[in-house]
Amino acid sequence: MSLAELDALDRRLINRLQEGLPLSPRPFAAVAGELGVAEDALLERLARLRASGVLSRFGPMYHAERLGGGLTLAALAVPEADFERVSEAVNAFPEVAHNYRREHTLNMWFVLATETPSRIAEVIEAIEAATGLPVYNMPKEEEFHVRLHLPV
Amino acid sequence: MSTATPISPEAARPSGEPEAHRRLRALLERGLPLTPRPWQALADQAGLAEEEVMACVRRWQAEGLIKRLGLVVRHRRLGLQANAMVVWDVPDERVALVGRRLAREAAVTLCYRRPRRLPDWPYNLFCMIHGARRERVLATLESTIARLGLDDIPHRVLFSTHAYRQCGGRYVREPDA
Repeated sequence: MSLAELDALDRRLINRLQEGLPLSPRPFAAVAGELGVAEDALLERLARLRASGVLSRFGPMYHAERLGGGLTLAALAVPEADFERVSEAVNAFPEVAHNYRREHTLNMWFVLATETPSRIAEVIEAIEAATGLPVYNMPKEEEFHVRLHLPV
Repeated sequence: MSTATPISPEAARPSGEPEAHRRLRALLERGLPLTPRPWQALADQAGLAEEEVMACVRRWQAEGLIKRLGLVVRHRRLGLQANAMVVWDVPDERVALVGRRLAREAAVTLCYRRPRRLPDWPYNLFCMIHGARRERVLATLESTIARLGLDDIPHRVLFSTHAYRQCGGRYVREPDA
């Protein structure tokens, strides 16, 4: 399913639910009321969107540091011929949450999320050992708050 | 670092926290059940009352532990194929101001100050812009630069060409893992 296949109600639903869910006993009924549809129809749509892979998840985005965990963005400059081997090696670490190939000498960018802050350094060391490449570690120093919302 | 970079772990919350609350965070992380009474369903699994589940979530949101609770979309699946990480080399004394201004732009989904890694990496401000196509993302960026007066700040646009992994990240270790 792609953007083009979403109907108007799907879009309203996605846009509305990116804002969050009411903390009431029947939160989906509340949202269904806002959108003028039945609760079971809304739940059915959500299930379909999730099955199709458009929604990855319906849940919380935690604040890593306040939970006591570690979080960082890191990059590698991977020789082209080696890219597949290195991406497999990096993705084998459960601490790697996202891994994107980007157009730059630093061509592999990944997010590390760990249970404790000190674990970040250990994982980076292990990734350097596994790949034979230096890891550029770029933890956030300041966050500028944005609206986490992608209109569709 | 997707957008909504849904990121974070559990771990060592202040000791003394009830084990059921930790279980609740782990359950939440897997996603809210799509049933009429999702809080009740979580309560049953965590061994709590529905009211306590809602109170925990409310408190965690107030404390900032949960930044947002809602739906996490897959940009690529939605056709937002162009995912640009725009990085800027901003003089240190201006970086907070520029960061705040960029974050207010509707197109910007993340905005962080990060350390430079000289000599290879001079950029200290990172933001993400998503869009259906590269040209659109670049046009948005150009108009933002003009509007905010950022012409004198060196920047680079790093489009992603492939997502090797895009998952929410697992932050709460499963009890039996």
